[in-house]
Amino acid sequence: MNQSAIVPEVGTKSLLRILWRQLTSMRTALILLLLLAVASIPGSLIPQRAQNPMKVRQYFASDPTLASWMDRFSLFDVYGSSWFSAVYILLFISLIGCVLPRTVEHFHAARALPPLTPKNLNRMDFYHSWSGSEKDFMTAKDWLTRKRFRIREFEGAISAEKGYLRETGNLLFHLALILILVGVSIGGLFGMSGEAIVNVGERFTNTPTTYDSLTYGKLFKDESLPPFAISIDSFQAKYNPATSAPEDYTLNVTVKERLGAKPVKRKIKVNSPLGFGGTNVYLQATGYSSVVTVRNAAGEIVLQGPIPFLPQDSNMTSIGAIKVPDSSPQLGFVASLLPTAARDKLRGGISIYPEALDPELLFSAWKGDLGLDRGIPQSVYRIDTSKMEKIGLKGLKIGQTYTFADGSIRFDGVVQWVNLQVVRDPGKPFALVGGILSILGLLASLFTRRRRIWVRFGAGGVIEVAGLAKNAAPGLEEEISELTAELRR
Amino acid sequence: MTHTSWAFLSNYLIYSSMALYTLAFFAHAYETAFAIRAPQPEIQNDSSGNLLVKTFDFSRTEKAARIATAFMILGTALLLGGVVARGVSAGRVPWGNMYEFSITGALAFSGAYLFALRKYDLRWLGLLVSISVLLTLGTAVAVLYRPSAPLVPALKSTWLVIHVSAAIISGGVFLLSNVIAAAYLYLDSVESKGDRPVWAKRLPTLEVLDQLSYRLVAFVFPLWTFSVIAGAIWAEHAWGKYWGWDPKETWAFITWVAYAAYLHARVTVGWRGRKAAWLCLFAGSTFLFNYVYINIWGTGRHTYSGL
Ligand code: HEM
Repeated sequence: MNQSAIVPEVGTKSLLRILWRQLTSMRTALILLLLLAVASIPGSLIPQRAQNPMKVRQYFASDPTLASWMDRFSLFDVYGSSWFSAVYILLFISLIGCVLPRTVEHFHAARALPPLTPKNLNRMDFYHSWSGSEKDFMTAKDWLTRKRFRIREFEGAISAEKGYLRETGNLLFHLALILILVGVSIGGLFGMSGEAIVNVGERFTNTPTTYDSLTYGKLFKDESLPPFAISIDSFQAKYNPATSAPEDYTLNVTVKERLGAKPVKRKIKVNSPLGFGGTNVYLQATGYSSVVTVRNAAGEIVLQGPIPFLPQDSNMTSIGAIKVPDSSPQLGFVASLLPTAARDKLRGGISIYPEALDPELLFSAWKGDLGLDRGIPQSVYRIDTSKMEKIGLKGLKIGQTYTFADGSIRFDGVVQWVNLQVVRDPGKPFALVGGILSILGLLASLFTRRRRIWVRFGAGGVIEVAGLAKNAAPGLEEEISELTAELRR
Repeated sequence: MTHTSWAFLSNYLIYSSMALYTLAFFAHAYETAFAIRAPQPEIQNDSSGNLLVKTFDFSRTEKAARIATAFMILGTALLLGGVVARGVSAGRVPWGNMYEFSITGALAFSGAYLFALRKYDLRWLGLLVSISVLLTLGTAVAVLYRPSAPLVPALKSTWLVIHVSAAIISGGVFLLSNVIAAAYLYLDSVESKGDRPVWAKRLPTLEVLDQLSYRLVAFVFPLWTFSVIAGAIWAEHAWGKYWGWDPKETWAFITWVAYAAYLHARVTVGWRGRKAAWLCLFAGSTFLFNYVYINIWGTGRHTYSGL
């Protein structure tokens, strides 16, 4: 006989079936769950592009080889990476494969009667027997009905079952998890999110070009951006005088829902965004812009206006870059803005309070090539001075001017900026409903005990009582004692 | 009363509660130490040949145990007062920095113990509970203390109250279940080598410990789920996204998944005993890591430890 004849032939179909059974097994689900926990870890320890692009850039600057290897394994985009998706997609396939058939099964089971009373009740838990009468049997039936057990009577025996809600809740919980994932996917596909820095006094119109950064879902269309415009009228930040900690931010705006609509005055606060249908506008962050006027040697204005600076500490000591690409030679000012300026022996110029009580602009001035047309994206807060020459160092108060060989710079003042985040997430309601259902399902499943009680009135007037609790849930013993006490009274 | 006097009151109450927890600790220590019975002549003659068997007789120190519990209840009441006064002084819920998380967490932990004590005979845990509460409060007062101050704007939300209170209660119960799982592992390894040490004789059987640790997790898992969801709702209000994979959120998620795995392992795969206890400790350690590491050294938007 030939060896291969012994091995049963494994067709593609049965192989698939085996794979499917493996994938939907509880053990696989357990491993995938633990794997999901472990796979989430690196993203919380390594900076992620979506949350902290600056830190990621630092990684690339300090060790490019390591960083590019890490990037190859998506370690800077863990939660969007293919391997992370693989884990949770497998988990959810497994979940669906397990839960859908169980839902169908439970749907039938919930309408069926409890199974027949087993022959040998004395093998079950909490077995009692004594000689009683038919009347006891009726009492038992009454008691079980009163306690809302589902009852099946057959040949002098009752099987009673209670606690179907446990399985219902459990299924509801798992189905709700699927609903949450559906919500997340809808948000990812049809949603958008963008940020824009807007100075007080300026206007934000909701078109793609006004954003500093903008991400779309794969199925989001440009024309779904609602055509609103927001003018920033004023911004009030309240700080604690002792600790400098921010206490309250209020942003006053004038809103036009669409072109030609009537302007309406509104307020935005940190925990209360402004809504336009499905699109919300959030107040995210704040800082100061330095207003400067830069002139060339001939005295013509080559740059004028507010330049956003990035706050570095709780007193809003801010850094920024004033770039003047339109003069020749090109000019650059590597600058710090101190809203309330003071001197520190060690650190030099610092800010000692977050409000702009006594602003000072400190900078070093450079001339040469700003490197803006080399195609490498640059931070707006920094200047690459490798091809430039330092021409001076200066601190200016409001209204003061610094003049140098190639021109002059005047510090006109400061204005506040706010970072607006615009988000549209059509999946949100699904995720929310899923979240609520999942809790309800959990409560039903974890606080319901499923159990069976059997009562038999046998030959010779012997009454037998026994029970069985799923997952060894506590409390059945007391329940049965209560029943027997009632019968033997 | 002014803000400052409320803040002083809070500090006094917390110091007093520490004094009471210290008393409770000593009473529990007395209870254990003086329950030891010196070897008795008739036991020395027994056939096991073990001459130095000491036994415990806790009925001898029953009174000390009652006193210890009374101290603990008083201490918890004062701590509750201290936490409330702290909240009043700041004009908000007292969960704005790590000092406040710690005192509230200690309150939740000893509250969970006292609550469970009504149903189960857990007095054997008293020594451990009182010393861990003392250590937590001591660290809070000595290292983490910050003057009472109002919240940063993002934390001004009703959802903060809901989210953080649920998280702290869950944390207290998770911690309790971990202590019990650790006790299980220790006693299991001791028992496999022979008998329990005398002081542990009074602890429940391994089976009861195993069940107890599971019950506690099953009891708070929905609350933890709720806490994560409430956090997501709050994040949506403040930051525009209900889920942003911020390190703190990520670790809350990891804890959630780990405890879900634990429940699965027990309910569907049938894990019991050592394996289950280790998994429970793993899940619990993710919670602790989140609290300690991410709060102090983490980046992300949840770092308002005030340090
Ligand atoms: C991946 C596929 C999954 C499958 C096949 C699955 C299946 C099951 C099954 C059969 C039970 C048994 C309940 C009982 O008999 O009482 C259960 C319980 C449970 N599952 Fe899942 N599940 C999956 C995913 C998940 C996920 C992703 C979570 C959450 C992170 C989760 C959380 C739970 C919890 C908390 C319980 C305990 C409920 C109880 O004790 O009754 N499951 N699951």
